[in-house]
Amino acid sequence: MMKYKILKKNDLSAFLDALKERYKIWGPRSEGKQIKFAPISDAGLMCLDKFQNSTMSPKNIFFPQSEIMLSFRRSGEDANIYKETENKPSTKAIFGIRPCDARAFFLLDMIFKNDQFTDTYWFSKRDAATLIGLGCNEPCSSCFCTSVDSHPFGEKGLDVLASDLGDRYLLKVLTEKGEKLLGGLSFLDDPKDTDLAEQKALSKKAEDTLSSKISLENIKSKTVLQLYNQDCWSEVNEPCLNCGTCTYVCPTCHCFDIQDEVYRDGGVRIRNWDSCMSWLFTVHATGHNPRPSKKERVRQRFMHKFKYIPVKRAGEIGCVGCGRCVNLCPVNIDIREVVKTMNSAK
Amino acid sequence: MKNPYVPYPVRIDNTVVETEDRNIKSFKLRFLSEKDRAAFDYLPGQFAQLSVTGKGEIPIGIASSPTEGDHLLFTVNKVGVVTTALHNLVEGDVMGVRGPLGNSYPFDRMKGKDVIIIGGGYAFTTLRSTIVYMLHKDNRPDYGKITLIYGARTPGMLLYKETLEEWSKRDDIDYNVTVDREAPGWTGRVGFVPAVTEQVAPSSDNAIAVICGPPVMIKFTLPVMTKLGFTPEQTVTSLENRMKCGIGICGRCNVGPEYVCKDGPVFTMAQLKEMPQEY
Repeated sequence: MMKYKILKKNDLSAFLDALKERYKIWGPRSEGKQIKFAPISDAGLMCLDKFQNSTMSPKNIFFPQSEIMLSFRRSGEDANIYKETENKPSTKAIFGIRPCDARAFFLLDMIFKNDQFTDTYWFSKRDAATLIGLGCNEPCSSCFCTSVDSHPFGEKGLDVLASDLGDRYLLKVLTEKGEKLLGGLSFLDDPKDTDLAEQKALSKKAEDTLSSKISLENIKSKTVLQLYNQDCWSEVNEPCLNCGTCTYVCPTCHCFDIQDEVYRDGGVRIRNWDSCMSWLFTVHATGHNPRPSKKERVRQRFMHKFKYIPVKRAGEIGCVGCGRCVNLCPVNIDIREVVKTMNSAK
Repeated sequence: MKNPYVPYPVRIDNTVVETEDRNIKSFKLRFLSEKDRAAFDYLPGQFAQLSVTGKGEIPIGIASSPTEGDHLLFTVNKVGVVTTALHNLVEGDVMGVRGPLGNSYPFDRMKGKDVIIIGGGYAFTTLRSTIVYMLHKDNRPDYGKITLIYGARTPGMLLYKETLEEWSKRDDIDYNVTVDREAPGWTGRVGFVPAVTEQVAPSSDNAIAVICGPPVMIKFTLPVMTKLGFTPEQTVTSLENRMKCGIGICGRCNVGPEYVCKDGPVFTMAQLKEMPQEY
């Protein structure tokens, strides 16, 4: 199915207009100081040329911060019976997803489904979306994707990978969904060999720019308990405020809470993003808390991404190296330094 | 795609206050729909999420055995928001049940072996289910000697008094129910579970022990088991942690890489030795 196409930037508007008949178009937009993925009515609204990545991860497209799951009434024939609410997500084409965030989708696909259960709220939206990723010509200083099995031009989780070649995009079709999206569009050209070579050079250059390199070798070879019992956790947790910013901006953090909300004669069951940084997250009704202090909670976050997920998901690392937590942590905890410490501790 | 978050509607058939402190109540539930009942296919050791509209869900071990018929039994300690709301429901009220969830006790491994059931306090619910299941005439031939050691603080704190009475009259279960200290009218055993286990001294030869109880009971019973020759692989327990989704996704009940809700709640002591003590 490997297939390449060229889309001239001048044709982007016409391209989106043609897709609008079949898809709701989403893309990165600049809103105040933030860059967000949002519905796009016109190609000019996207900031494809001038963004490194969205401020928050795009996970909320499939996993909203707050989402109604079920509803119930308190009286009548069906009183106190939970019912599914309407859940028919729109067919979306999402432009400009960075390869790190796409790999996060790939990971969350593994997490929101197991041998027994499928999270229908995630997959109904995920399955209805086609992702056109955008390779990173210029990774940020806080990016470290190549250390965690991602790449500035990585393809996992995407349907199409776009590479910015200046006045045109080279589109690589990766899945059937991607093929369907691009099918029958007259203004797509076939690429020249030089286009492919140019893309390769961009990819190599981006890879070389990534200065952050961390090794995970010891983390891979040590046991869960060896890593868990390392002395480093007492120091690593010290500056942490347990504010939870890292968990909210993280593209792979997926913990959620389920709560009931009551209205006058009924209510809903909703799920909200939750954070392992919170004391409430694990406390039992009896008051007993298996992760009673900051140390256990900080350790949980790093162990979950770098050991627990790999142990359970065929070696896949639960971090994609996007660097958002590095940029946004109020006390400058740098996940790369933590992982180096984890990896080097005796 | 089947939505795994939708509870089955059930009606409360009856409730029983189990203990003298009136804090533990059993709820016998019936499915509103026959289709739901048929879909709820469970084994002892599994749990379910009980829903009270407007309050939320709580994970509770299933106390009934699938051999007992169409109803489900749950025994609930009143301790938090949802359990308190649940205690206020009455016969005829409609509530939700989502499950069955989690693994079960390892009946495949228990087949052909002696089984020792050791329980303490109100952690006896899924053990009740297990014993009822194994004593059922269709299943009893699958197991060797069945030994029960169950303790509570006082006679009034023992659960399922009628069921215990029935078991005490059977000759195919070694029945050892104990209370912590002498009490008026109590003619049974007296002593803590670890001490009674040492007296009963079940053989570890071709046997599996299932132990559920308060942490302090487990702490002092495990050395006794080791002394009796039980290996960590032969000793099984069930964990509890705060849960929400119950299906291995929402990320809070994990103990190391294992989700108590999905990979557990039943683990062998051998497994627990490789896991952090976050429970």
